[in-house]
Amino acid sequence: MDSEDPVYTLTLEAYADTIVPGEKRSPDDRAIAGVVEGPGSVQAGALELMHHSAPGIAVGLPTLVAMLNQHATNYAEEHGIALDDTVPPFVALDYDHRYALVGRLTALGHPEQAGWVMLALFSNMAFDSAPHKSTLDALEEGHPGLITLGFKKPDTDGIWRFKEYGYHQELAKTHPDTTESGSPA
Amino acid sequence: MTTAANGGSAAIEKTDVLVVGSGFGGSIAAYHLAAGGAKVTVLERGPWLEGKDFDHDYLLGSSYTKIFDFVSGDGMSVLGGNCVGGGSVVYFAALPRAPWFVFERQGSIGRRMWPSSINRQTLDPWYDRVSQVFPVEQQTWDDVTYAGGLWAAACNHAGRTANPVPVGIDTAKCTNCNWMMSGCRFDAKQSMLLNYLPGAVAHGAEIRPLHEVQRISRTDDGNYVVHYLHIDEDDYRITHGGGAIEAKIVVLAAGAGATPCILQRSEPELGTMPHAVGRYFSGNGERLNTAIINDDRVREVLGIDRGPGNPAYDAYQIGRGPVVASWDKLDGSLPEYSRFSLEQLYFPVGLGTFLAQAHGPDGPTWYGPAKRELLSKWSSWMTIFQMTEDDNEGVFGPPPPTGNSHRISQQMLGTGPLKYDPTPNTLRGWAEADAEVRDILERDGLATVLPWTNDLVGAYTVHPLSSCRIGDDPATSALDDRHELRGHPGIFVTDGSAVPCGLTVNPALTISALAERAMPGIVATARERGVDVSYGAPLPTKGAFPALSPVRA
Repeated sequence: MDSEDPVYTLTLEAYADTIVPGEKRSPDDRAIAGVVEGPGSVQAGALELMHHSAPGIAVGLPTLVAMLNQHATNYAEEHGIALDDTVPPFVALDYDHRYALVGRLTALGHPEQAGWVMLALFSNMAFDSAPHKSTLDALEEGHPGLITLGFKKPDTDGIWRFKEYGYHQELAKTHPDTTESGSPA
Repeated sequence: MTTAANGGSAAIEKTDVLVVGSGFGGSIAAYHLAAGGAKVTVLERGPWLEGKDFDHDYLLGSSYTKIFDFVSGDGMSVLGGNCVGGGSVVYFAALPRAPWFVFERQGSIGRRMWPSSINRQTLDPWYDRVSQVFPVEQQTWDDVTYAGGLWAAACNHAGRTANPVPVGIDTAKCTNCNWMMSGCRFDAKQSMLLNYLPGAVAHGAEIRPLHEVQRISRTDDGNYVVHYLHIDEDDYRITHGGGAIEAKIVVLAAGAGATPCILQRSEPELGTMPHAVGRYFSGNGERLNTAIINDDRVREVLGIDRGPGNPAYDAYQIGRGPVVASWDKLDGSLPEYSRFSLEQLYFPVGLGTFLAQAHGPDGPTWYGPAKRELLSKWSSWMTIFQMTEDDNEGVFGPPPPTGNSHRISQQMLGTGPLKYDPTPNTLRGWAEADAEVRDILERDGLATVLPWTNDLVGAYTVHPLSSCRIGDDPATSALDDRHELRGHPGIFVTDGSAVPCGLTVNPALTISALAERAMPGIVATARERGVDVSYGAPLPTKGAFPALSPVRA
């Protein structure tokens, strides 16, 4: 199984879409369930980040894909769900079932929890911090996650500075036991 | 001279004092011993960066991932510094003193945990010293950021007080960029790179970055040999050989997440370690809540806004970490585990967003549509940082083959041997702090609040403490009140692992004050062990010494 294998790609995309869902890229998009409007983890570059050399999880991805589809098959049998065999088993689950299965795999005490949490972490990070790109480039390219967050742009030199930063008024009484050093007594 | 410890194959390098780690505890030791005349060598596992190297960038491989260490354990994940300057480079620069009752805590052992020689009164002169060096600044209301101001106003509305926290920040230089966890490129944040370390180097101390200490052995004549590996400058999973240095005195300051691993790994050669090495770990009782601020209600209820045409808040990204804290529950008359501080905080995206929870259809959730909706409101977030009293329930398992974790990623991310199963006392403290945050911020619809989940990577601390602590009782403390490792004369520990318990406030100033306090004793022991060194050098205030020039790998 490799990155050219559609089973591999569809399964990882479906996992990332379960963590931070997005809208379908096309009407026949099977990996993305399409439960929200706007882009999600897949559009934000989740697979690019998972395969980046720095996180160190790429080598384990084929194993996780195989395990996830086996879990999906077991889950479908358990719930009496007939899976569409033209797509990988996890992809064949509708969103609510993908969500429930991911909840089970990432729960405290699951023997594989660490692996699924790691995959979820990078699915989330692709969306909300885009660490596979320089932050400046990501903002200039309109990275969907940073734009959705409302991440503010830097000054023209690429450095963030906020000249207006506060309300400039006393907004509470300080604790009566504050010492001269400004610390608690 | 050669020793069995290095295979006897080559002349071994020698120094008087070997300091492991260059954060708060290591830098203070390096300065005083070097200034007193000792030959000092500092081994730091992370890289050496300076102001211009600190990036505003989340890109993997930028300073954000180079200088941080994130170790996931069983029930507790620990964030720590990983660079020359250690935690002082990545910290939020909040520098309060610990309240008096902390020193009287009994915790799980049923008697006072701190050495009888230390209380707030006896530590105050040492607090004064380090406060002069940083220096610690008292912020005015004019300095307070939007997030800090909103937290203060909400506390006031709920009948509470709120304090601008004492900080190590030169507000004239600060741009409120909120990138301080990546290191401060403006040198506005006070770190060891700007005071103790330049002083140490000016007095001849040598700092070696990317040298990760693995273990310590002993020579026949009672000296120690410190064994290290060279860490690759880009991929920390790779090592490039190693070496060893003999020293008369070893000062361990690798951080509370790493110091016990080094000592545990040394046990076969050094002999039995005190029982408390790798036990009694505290996460400083830390826990985080994320609030989503309702802009309209802030304007209506609190009567504050950012001026005509601007939102009332919408300013999570603007600021400099924690600025205002609620200290109403730092009340010594309350029972232990019911005392805590609540500090408004900014936590960067990535690590600071993954664990935040949203209200989902079936309860709190960290993923899915509700979480995505939460992320879309990110600029209206406010993080509230709780520092409570935990039960020192963390225990380190057997150390990993090298370092303090099995490294997963090239930088930053690994899994470690720490196990933390919170006791009912700790859980009660967290529940009471959660309730207090809700009472303040959900009052009159100002915000909705949920704690971060502890189900994914366990609890979460940026202030690991107590894993090799000082005390009077050999059964429950690894160090005597001079910070010397019991049964191993000449080995001292001066980092956060020496602090006996959670402090209910940010610990940087207390770690530093304890390190300052330990110095006369370490110097005296060094003299007894044949080092020509004296104590009493002037404090290395900012600008007293030439700026550092980093040595690259």
